[in-house]
Amino acid sequence: MRQITTIMAAFAFASLASSAQAAETVEQRAATCFACHGEHGQSEMENTPSLGGQQSPYALIQLFMFREKLRTFDPMNDITKPFTDADLQNFADFIAKIPKPQPPAEAGDPARMQKGLALAQQHRCNSCHNADFSGKENIPRLANQREDYLNKTLAEYKDNSRHGYDGTMADVMGEVPKEQIADLAYYISHYR
Amino acid sequence: MRISASVPRSLLLAGAFIGVLSYGAVAQTASSAAPAAAQPLPPGSPMIGRPDNEAAQKLAPVAAPPIAAAADKLPMDKLKVPAGFNLEVYAAGMPNARSLALGDKGTVFVGSRTVDKVYAIVNKDGKREVKIIASGLYRPNGVAFKDGTLYIAELSKVSKIEKIEDNLDNPPKPTVIYDNLPKDEAHGWKFIAIGPDNKLYVPVGQPGNNVLHDKDHGQIRRINLDGSGAEVVAVGVRNTVGFDWNPETKQLYFTDNSRDWMSEDLPNDELNRVTKVGEHFGSPYCWQGNIPDPEFGWGHSCSEFTPPVGLMGPHAASLGMRFYTGKMFPQTFKNQAIIARHGSWNKTNKFGGDVVVAHLNKDGTVKNIEPIVTGFLQDNKYVGRPVDVMQMKDGSMLISDDWNGAVYRLSYGKAKVAAQ
Repeated sequence: MRQITTIMAAFAFASLASSAQAAETVEQRAATCFACHGEHGQSEMENTPSLGGQQSPYALIQLFMFREKLRTFDPMNDITKPFTDADLQNFADFIAKIPKPQPPAEAGDPARMQKGLALAQQHRCNSCHNADFSGKENIPRLANQREDYLNKTLAEYKDNSRHGYDGTMADVMGEVPKEQIADLAYYISHYR
Repeated sequence: MRISASVPRSLLLAGAFIGVLSYGAVAQTASSAAPAAAQPLPPGSPMIGRPDNEAAQKLAPVAAPPIAAAADKLPMDKLKVPAGFNLEVYAAGMPNARSLALGDKGTVFVGSRTVDKVYAIVNKDGKREVKIIASGLYRPNGVAFKDGTLYIAELSKVSKIEKIEDNLDNPPKPTVIYDNLPKDEAHGWKFIAIGPDNKLYVPVGQPGNNVLHDKDHGQIRRINLDGSGAEVVAVGVRNTVGFDWNPETKQLYFTDNSRDWMSEDLPNDELNRVTKVGEHFGSPYCWQGNIPDPEFGWGHSCSEFTPPVGLMGPHAASLGMRFYTGKMFPQTFKNQAIIARHGSWNKTNKFGGDVVVAHLNKDGTVKNIEPIVTGFLQDNKYVGRPVDVMQMKDGSMLISDDWNGAVYRLSYGKAKVAAQ
């Protein structure tokens, strides 16, 4: 993981140097994002979220939190460090327009899918994230997000090692047993 | 950047394999059962009471934009005040501006909740300037000032900076005076204020929407200014984010936010009054003095608890509250409670998003509620959200807005202060 981080940090650095040279469009600057987050909105990198179709207000909040180091992940903190407020907004709007991630080619295991569905219903994930997990405004799109990233994030909200912008997910996950996270992540990542 | 492709695939396979082993047995029962009825929520879930229907799916907590609005982009043309009053921008550019405190030398201190900063609005030669005086704090919502010292309340600790107004350009780091506090995110952020007894009042919210909790939650405590001598003053408090002392009776009044997901129109937020130490204000057993909680009310009667002195509207999020003791506003405002209603999320037609005055009867209960600043809510969407209110020495009132990261000044009669 450290190696990946180093490589990503190097990418970030290269991009900063080049963006200083000339005014680039968001599309051009996004090459840095795609290197880790995937070229078509869908991430192929371990623990790295797909960004496609993400809600712009949510994306803005996350980019802001990275810049302010309210959410810590070195490569993202480095990349966003020189961003102006307008940069944050432009990238958030850009992310919302790239194609949303697709479900895995193979359908999920029916038994696990049913278990995950029951848990998602029980915990009312649809309350904010919508029945199709498309999210709204400051509530993120979850549908077909990477399973490992969902696992990681739900666990981090549960032990509050990832601080949300507000405390909502810490509050929600506080009562969700740890053992249920894997099934929720499996179901949401395979959602069709 | 394909180096990791093989790693997750193998992890995925391993995960799938374990999954088959551990869930095979459960899957059989799951697939034969009717999928319709969801399992009950675990105790303490913030979703308890929420119906599984389309109307409820549309409701979610509203988050303020992270970036403060520029001074010329504030919704001043939409905010309305009664005839004779003026509303102007006092300062802008403070992301998530929340609670307010006033220094001896006129500095206005502003806490925040979704960012890590405390701001100071400094008045210098008639020009106002915003400084960041503390950062790297965790949900520093509460600020209070006494005898040169600024007190800051984070999620689970209270700290102080002495002689703050002499060191605004290079303030020392806050020193912790009290941290014997729970760390819950839910209702963990704090409003603080110093009472006429010279003690610092520190609330600890209920750790969730509607939960039975231990003796360390759902209360207001007071501590000495050095952090010693903690004592519980009020219990049965769900989440108070604003309080002040009645200038005539010296009694503590506090706003309290009532629970979500009971119904669109009930229960109301409360305005409460503490008449004796240790009083119980009902939560989570009884709401607004007369509605037993559908879950926890069983075995209780609302008569066991102190009823509110006033109802503030359903899901209104009544936050900052101060008594008006100035001479600028009309005489009818004297010693009345001015309250900021942040506005609802748990309601289809949003409610609140205004600053109101609660006129009191002679016995200290609320006679009626009148709006003063309206328009934060436009077409069921927020263009701003008021958080705290604070009287200035000249009798004008400041109002913070965490949606726009700004502070407004409400004045009466006289000409506006000079533009920034």
